[in-house]
Amino acid sequence: MARRLSEDMVKGILGICAIFSIIIIFLIIIFLFREGLEAFSYTNVIDFVFGREWNPSKETFGAAAFIVSSLLVTVGAIVIAVPIGLLTAIFLAELSPQRVREIVKPAIELLAGIPSVIFGLFGLIVIVKYIRITLDQPTGESILAGSIILAIMILPTIISISEDSLRQVPRAYKEGSLALGATHWESIARIIVPSASSGIMASIILGVGRAIGETMAVVLVVGNVEKLPTSFFDSGEPLTSTILLEMGEAAVGSPHYYSIFALGILLFLIVMVLNIVSNVWLGRGLKRG
Amino acid sequence: MKQMVKMEVHDLNLWYGSFHALKDINMKVYKHKVTAFIGPSGCGKSTLIRCLNRMNDLIGNVHVEGRVLLDDKNIYDKDVDVVNLRKRVGMVFQKPNPFPMSIHDNITYGPKLHGKKRGLDELVEEKLKDAALWSEVKDILGQNAMDLSGGQQQRLCIARCLAVEPDVILFDEPCSALDPISTGKIEDLINELKRHYTIVIVTHNMQQAARISDYTGYFYLGELKEFNKTKKIFTNPDNPETERYITGKFG
Ligand SMILES: Nc1ncnc2c1ncn2[C@@H]1O[C@H](COP(=O)(O)OP(=O)(O)O)[C@@H](O)[C@H]1O
Ligand SMILES: [Mg+2]
Repeated sequence: MARRLSEDMVKGILGICAIFSIIIIFLIIIFLFREGLEAFSYTNVIDFVFGREWNPSKETFGAAAFIVSSLLVTVGAIVIAVPIGLLTAIFLAELSPQRVREIVKPAIELLAGIPSVIFGLFGLIVIVKYIRITLDQPTGESILAGSIILAIMILPTIISISEDSLRQVPRAYKEGSLALGATHWESIARIIVPSASSGIMASIILGVGRAIGETMAVVLVVGNVEKLPTSFFDSGEPLTSTILLEMGEAAVGSPHYYSIFALGILLFLIVMVLNIVSNVWLGRGLKRG
Repeated sequence: MKQMVKMEVHDLNLWYGSFHALKDINMKVYKHKVTAFIGPSGCGKSTLIRCLNRMNDLIGNVHVEGRVLLDDKNIYDKDVDVVNLRKRVGMVFQKPNPFPMSIHDNITYGPKLHGKKRGLDELVEEKLKDAALWSEVKDILGQNAMDLSGGQQQRLCIARCLAVEPDVILFDEPCSALDPISTGKIEDLINELKRHYTIVIVTHNMQQAARISDYTGYFYLGELKEFNKTKKIFTNPDNPETERYITGKFG
């Protein structure tokens, strides 16, 4: 009897905790949209998304430069991180001796736990300098610097999830391929990687989501110039940086204040869609496997 | 009669780490015949058949001594190209393992690797016919092979193996995951295939060995207790241990 009771109590407490956290998340979303949608009574959506000028004192709010900066930084990060991450995952899953894997994989996963501001400091001291001096650019604080830092930050995600899905590919596929006279590398490229493709895609999309949402590491290295970047060597200012840098100075209830929340909505929607897509990809892989 | 021997195993010993899994195996695989390995599970049948195309190379910690000749050439020699060996000695596994791609692509996978670019559609048809699967799948060649039944998947794996035109085909308990009707189809197929291929089959089903094989080897705890014509093994074996196993008075 007493055991029944405590069982019910535990269930009740866990349930309340779950409901509580769901409510909090919904409150945050509602709050974000309530404040953010207000911006569109000053600026229409088209002008907000495509407008090139962001000038709070003139109450012009065009977020194109921020959106393009966010996209460029992310695309750059993906271009750098995907090949390195995928090859590392293949190495760990298929080529490295068991012992090496057992050391390297946790070490890489540890990277994911380093506070992002530390990545930012590293980027500022090392990467920005390298771009300015070695690559001989007017400024090192650039989209490229942001991309490199983000690439390093999303590598653990890409490596870890890709490696897991590569190792989940049934051994029988590989044996079948080798038994037909395929080399090890042919089997990897034509059977194992394609069979793991849904997990690999999911890892990339998760990486994109993380890159777009990342704030502290990026704000330190991208230069934060409110101008549409046209090359990876230009400075830029991603959505996250703008929110971080301008929130303090915007008067509560001002058009500026609401527009910053609208940037938040954009960011939220992008990351949300990416997460959903990534989950769908992962689910697909599970069903087939 | 030397030319009738396709493969020959000489004093073969194999260790998994310190475990001695095959002990002094000597036997011959005759050309265009079906050779069956029988024996209780764990006695080394799979281990031996996997020596014939060096699939054991994939497992770390395996040590092999002795010789395995394919057309009088030792496949364990240093200069042997394992990829080429596996092209000549194909394998069908216990659990059907089609690749998660279309039926068509499963068949063309091997030939494409080996450089074939033209006549692939004809090849698919020919090999599916040889594997007695064509009539069932001719309208769904683009479908994912994973959607086929277990028996169809296994025949697809056979067709896939035939497509690289091996001399020898190794079957490791190809029917153990299949129902009796599918099993019958595979047995008929093996009977057909031996006209063009040399076949080695592992089975734990003695009736199956009796039905389809010409030669049988009886294994026990890593040793080849008897190797003889199947008729002889099942009617009048030389080794009393074989007789006890065959008649079910075993252990
Ligand atoms: N990869 C391996 N590592 C260690 N021992 C193995 C391995 N594969 C098989 N063995 C052992 O070798 C013996 C023979 O196995 P196997 O050839 O699979 O037998 P069978 O096919 O006759 O059932 C068994 O005792 C088994 O436990
Ligand atoms: Mg076996």
